[in-house]
Amino acid sequence: MNFFNKKIPEQVTRLSILLIILIVVFIFVRSKLVPPDFGEYGHYRTSAIDENISQEIKYAGQDICYDCHDDVVETKRLGYHKNVACEVCHGPAVIHTEDPEELILKAPRNRGYCPICHEYLPSRPTGFPQIVAASHNPMKPCISCHEPHDPKPPEAIKECKACHAEISRTKSLSHHVYVECTHCHTTPQEHKIQPRDYLPSKPSTREFCGSCHAEDSDASADIPRVDMFSHGERYTCWQCHYPHLPEVR
Amino acid sequence: MKELANKTGNNMERRSFVSSILISLTALFFPKVFGARNKMDKLKDWIFWTDYDAKQHLWGMGIDINKCIGCGRCVNACKEENDVPREPFFFRTWVERYSILKDGETEVDSPKGAIDGFKPSVDENKSVIRSFFVPKLCNQCDNPPCVQVCPVGATFKTEDGVVLVDSDYCIGCRYCIQGCPYGARFLHPETRTAEKCTFCYHRVVIGLKPACVEVCPTQARIFGELKIKASPLARFMRKHAINVLKPALNTEPKVFYANMDKEVR
Repeated sequence: MNFFNKKIPEQVTRLSILLIILIVVFIFVRSKLVPPDFGEYGHYRTSAIDENISQEIKYAGQDICYDCHDDVVETKRLGYHKNVACEVCHGPAVIHTEDPEELILKAPRNRGYCPICHEYLPSRPTGFPQIVAASHNPMKPCISCHEPHDPKPPEAIKECKACHAEISRTKSLSHHVYVECTHCHTTPQEHKIQPRDYLPSKPSTREFCGSCHAEDSDASADIPRVDMFSHGERYTCWQCHYPHLPEVR
Repeated sequence: MKELANKTGNNMERRSFVSSILISLTALFFPKVFGARNKMDKLKDWIFWTDYDAKQHLWGMGIDINKCIGCGRCVNACKEENDVPREPFFFRTWVERYSILKDGETEVDSPKGAIDGFKPSVDENKSVIRSFFVPKLCNQCDNPPCVQVCPVGATFKTEDGVVLVDSDYCIGCRYCIQGCPYGARFLHPETRTAEKCTFCYHRVVIGLKPACVEVCPTQARIFGELKIKASPLARFMRKHAINVLKPALNTEPKVFYANMDKEVR
C-alpha cells in the first residue's frame, strides 16, 4: 500500500477523490431528477402515454345513439344522410349518453347550418348536392321542406309553380311564403288543360284580405293589422299592395 | 507534515471508514427502489385499465381529396374534442382550398381554418381551372423531425406509430414547431407547451375513431390499421394512387392522400 501511495502524487489522489464524489453526486442527482419511467421504450416518459390517454372523450360515436333513438337511426339508415354521423349536426354527445337529462342535445334549425355543406362552391366535388341559398326559398328554414334524417332529391314540380315560376319565386321571398296559392285563387281543374278558357278566381273584396289583416281578425298576432274602415276605404287592397310581395314595414 | 497527516488519519480505523462509506453508498439505490415500485403501479394500472397492446397496431389515415366538401366539420369536432383554443390560428387539423389558375399559379386559402366552411372566393376576375379542398393534420411521420429536435424528450413516437407530446415535460422551446415541415404544431397559449394532432389517441385506444373521422359527412377521411392488410385503410390504399405530402423530405408520413394534384404541398 505504501508503495502504491508513493507512486501516485497526493494532488492526483485528492483530485480523483473529488472526481469520484462529483460523479456520485451527478448520478444521485440525475436519478432524482429523471423520472423512473423515462427511457423505458424510448427517449420519453412512459407515463406520458397514460396522460395522453386520460384525456376526456366528448364525441360518443354514433353506434351508441341506436340504443335509445332506434327509430331515428332506422329512418336515417337507408337515406342519403346514412353516412352523416348524428354528432355532425347534434354536437358532442358523451354527457348526453351518460345522463340524458344533464345535456339535452340541440339540432340546428336555422338556415345557416345546412349551407355549410350544401351551399354551391365551385371547389366542391361534382355531383355533391348543392344549392344557392340566397335564391333557394330564402324565407323558409331548410327543415320545413327537407327531413334532415332522410333528405330527398327534388321532384318534378306539378303544382302552380310549374307554369307560374316567376310568381312563385317572388312569393318565396315575401312574407306570404306560407300562404298557398289556393288560399286566394280557386282554380278549376280544367285550368291545367285550357288555362286561358278556365281562369282561376282572384279575391275581389276588401274583406278577403281583412280576414287576416283586419283589427278584429282572429288570425295570428304577428300578422300586421289595419283599420279596415279608415285605411284606403275607397280601394281594393291589391290596387295598392302587391299580394305576392307585400311591402315590409 | 507527514507525521501530522498520519496522526489525524489514524484517528479513524480503515475498517470503520470503509464500512461507513459502503453504508452511505446504499443511499444511491433508494431512488431506484422507489422507482421500481412506481413502475409496478403503472403496470397494474395498464393491465386493469385496458387490454390495448400498442405493439399490435400501426395507425394511419387516408384522405380522399375527391370526397372532401370543405364543410370544416372536422375542424370544429377537433376543437371540441381536444379543447383546442377557439382563436382562428390554433389548429390540430384544418382544411385548405387550392385554386389552380389558368396562368399556372396556385392559390391556397383557409379562412379560420375552415371551421365555418368556405365562402365562394371573392376574386371573379381570375380564371380557375381546378379547385379542391385538402384537409391537413399532423402526418404522424414514421421519421419525425419534431422528435429529433426536441431537446428534452417531450415529444416521441409511440409503438403504434403515433407522435405524442408529453405536456408535463415540454419546456415550450418551440424547436418542434420550427422543425415540423407541415406546420402541424402550435404553442398552446395557456399551458405554453407544444400541441398537435394525436390521432385522438385517447379515443383510438378504446376502439373509437378520431373525432374528425367520426364526423366527416362524406367519409373523406378513413382511419385504420396499416399492419392489417384487410383493413378499410389498406383497401383504400390499394384502390387509389396514393401520395404523401413532401415525400422528398423522407419523413415517411402516415397520412395518405388519394386523388392529390401535384400542386398540393
